[in-house]
Amino acid sequence: MSRIVVVTSGKGGVGKTTTSAAFATGLAQKGFKTAVIDFDVGLRNLDLIMGCERRVVYDLINVISGEANIHQALIKDKRVENLFILPASQTRDKDALTQEGVEAVINSLKEDGFDFIVCDSPAGIERGAALAMYFADDAIIVTNPEVSSVRDSDRILGLLQSRTRKAERGEQVREHLLITRYSPNRVASGDMLAMEDILEILAVPLIGVIPESGSVLQASNSGVPVIMDKNSTAGQAYDDFVKRFLGETVPHRFLEVEKKGFFKRLFGG
Amino acid sequence: MGLFDYFRSQKPKSAQVAKERLQILIAHERSAGREKGLDFLPQLRSDILEVIRRYVQVDDDQVNVQVEKGADYDVLELNITLPERTSAH
Repeated sequence: MSRIVVVTSGKGGVGKTTTSAAFATGLAQKGFKTAVIDFDVGLRNLDLIMGCERRVVYDLINVISGEANIHQALIKDKRVENLFILPASQTRDKDALTQEGVEAVINSLKEDGFDFIVCDSPAGIERGAALAMYFADDAIIVTNPEVSSVRDSDRILGLLQSRTRKAERGEQVREHLLITRYSPNRVASGDMLAMEDILEILAVPLIGVIPESGSVLQASNSGVPVIMDKNSTAGQAYDDFVKRFLGETVPHRFLEVEKKGFFKRLFGG
Repeated sequence: MGLFDYFRSQKPKSAQVAKERLQILIAHERSAGREKGLDFLPQLRSDILEVIRRYVQVDDDQVNVQVEKGADYDVLELNITLPERTSAH
């Protein structure tokens, strides 16, 4: 039985694609057959973050319109077993993305025995975002500790609770909050919303906190999902998040300010 | 918090301001009930107003309908302000 997981946020630039890439890679590393689909028709980027941009031949829209079959379009990752990427179309009109088409793609992935189908949502609440979430069993809501991101996440939660197949059937999409770009130093100085505040406002179970880290940019520069950087705090936090998603109990890390010396503590800074 | 921060901490920190602004905004947006399958709220409000008016005359803005979202339940809050009594019988 496949589990369909949407990675969504409403606001752009909060780390949906970074998270989708890390999440799908983490699931595959743990032995699950995983496909990650880019729903951002017209502005594909997942291929770049996954480092397979030069191997794209067919895309999601080609499959939906019958110009290619799913096996021709899926790109098999060269580093991690069990990991497949379905890129978005760069050129086509968004109207080519249809609910029936998406359902057909998801069904053929199910038939192929995929354990997880990760849907990387575009920003906004338009068609691409609506279709990325429509068939979801689970939703990862990616939120930055910043007012507009939190507000957009609340809008997205409203949509998850009304505009999904689960909602239409009277069931619920499982919601998981992932806070990214978290800076314990700035939280301690009172300049950044604390994880507890975001949880209080959104009232969604927390699945992970990814600290602000230079390694995220380094990873995207080189097309390697950041979860593969086991030395970075962000990579480790993503790994913890994947374990929690799979049901393990893992304590949250990187939430506290690093210990300071006596003088720093006395004079602040 | 350092020694200097102690003397600096006069005005509220921006994170606190952010939290308060968000709490007010999101409570308001949720009460509109747009996407939560609660788009019947405006109709509910006018129906309630109609029923109340069979008994007392209240102004449009005296009926307030709000939904608050809890961890695993929602609260529908009805607030009706009755007009002041001008004279007793």
